[in-house]
Amino acid sequence: MSSLRGWAKRFFCGILKGENGMRFKRKDILGLQELSAEEIKLILDTAAPMKEILKREIKKLPTLRGRSVVTLFYEPSTRTRNSFELAAKYMGADTVNVTVATSSVQKGENLKDTAKTIQMMGIDVIVIRHSAAGAPHMLARMVEARVINAGDGAHEHPTQALLDMFTIREKKGDFKGLQVAILGDITHSRVARSNIWGLTKMGAEVRVVGPATLMPPYISELGVKVFYRCEEALEGVDVINVLRIQRERQRKGLFPSIREYSRLFGLNEARLRYAKPDVLVLHPGPVNRGVEISPQVQDGPHSAINEQVTNGVAVRMALLYLLLSGGESGEITS
Amino acid sequence: MPLREKAQIMDADGIRRALTRIAHEILERNKGVKDLALIGIRTRGVPLAQRIAAKIEEIEGVPVPLGILDITLYRDDLSRLDYHPVLHKTEVPFDITDKKVVLVDDVLYTGRTVRAALDALMDLGRPRVVQLAVLVDRGHRELPIRADYVGKNVPTSRREVISVNLREVDGIDKVVIEEPGE
Repeated sequence: MSSLRGWAKRFFCGILKGENGMRFKRKDILGLQELSAEEIKLILDTAAPMKEILKREIKKLPTLRGRSVVTLFYEPSTRTRNSFELAAKYMGADTVNVTVATSSVQKGENLKDTAKTIQMMGIDVIVIRHSAAGAPHMLARMVEARVINAGDGAHEHPTQALLDMFTIREKKGDFKGLQVAILGDITHSRVARSNIWGLTKMGAEVRVVGPATLMPPYISELGVKVFYRCEEALEGVDVINVLRIQRERQRKGLFPSIREYSRLFGLNEARLRYAKPDVLVLHPGPVNRGVEISPQVQDGPHSAINEQVTNGVAVRMALLYLLLSGGESGEITS
Repeated sequence: MPLREKAQIMDADGIRRALTRIAHEILERNKGVKDLALIGIRTRGVPLAQRIAAKIEEIEGVPVPLGILDITLYRDDLSRLDYHPVLHKTEVPFDITDKKVVLVDDVLYTGRTVRAALDALMDLGRPRVVQLAVLVDRGHRELPIRADYVGKNVPTSRREVISVNLREVDGIDKVVIEEPGE
């Protein structure tokens, strides 16, 4: 009896605040730089019930029935594209994917014409990944369809940062005062930039650490602390987000060898001890096993790397819901 | 347009008595608590389901499984709304397959919420039977749906609004009819 009451009480807390609905006025999701703290919070709040749906036997909602989503990827990807595709399908939308390698892009079609063609087929959302920073922003101005940035050059990867933040909030409760270290190739990482913008907005303190050759000179202007030694950077942190080391960078001479990188910046159990005892370890994937992170840490108790993948689907379901439900014009008022 | 309170149709005692009667009716119709489960539809169906569950436990001495359904993602008017309904979790911590499920909501009006709730429920499993309990039935159905247990039948006009206030959500127990002010 008392357990029944306590159980019910816990849920009422969540119901009490605002049931009248919220504003989400954006046409597109292009980056965390432009999202406000309130918008980020709404996205994360919306992703929580989506995660519950992923645990069901029947993962299919009627919510976006009749809507269509295209994934247009000019760069290779498995998890992000599949994650978007599944998210759309679970929400009831239809999906098409354009693999650039086998499409008319190979025949010389430019981005604008490809986008126009897709739009004329009646697509509601275009999920785009492109090697050029700003490509999704340009696309968003050209088409009526909603545009979601799935990674543009070294600029932003908003859905990855949102899923990282969702995972952090789930494990740590709140961002206020949280110490988050981002470790690796900061210069070429869109994941790092999106995370920095998002986390600092939500009140976390962000540190970046990596070899000086992979650290952009202006980075401290984004409100982060810069470190060049792993042990100093990890001192007392709550979260470590380990970035993938892009092997092609080594060929360009930005660091001497994979082994040396691993020895100086690879996250192993010894380095983990500098962080808080309940530190959370994230990695956007795909992991170079044993290079930027040791297998013991990757598969260890602090790692939420596998859970990040699940959370990614939930966050993308939330974004599709927020973009496609409510008002045909996208002008949503409360 | 501001709403003006026209009449109070239930007070705290009225709500309590109606829920007590519904609890008895549920037990009578289902011949006890075997395989019985209550599922409240967010928002105000949840405290109502919780109160009915407490009554049933009081009467029979056995707890009844209690769940919460959020029907937002199953609504048929999502693309017509000009705001985003806040999403909450569906929390049904038991298997509903072969259960006798009683859906609980505050007001039965067009029937569209119940339609959405039935769809949401079927995605969770295959109940043996689904019944519907509401505190107020105000008529004007747009779908072939009726309630099995009704706290109070209230004839209304479409321009009126039935406002159910519950202690857990609104700090007070009362049901009032409101109408647009001049």
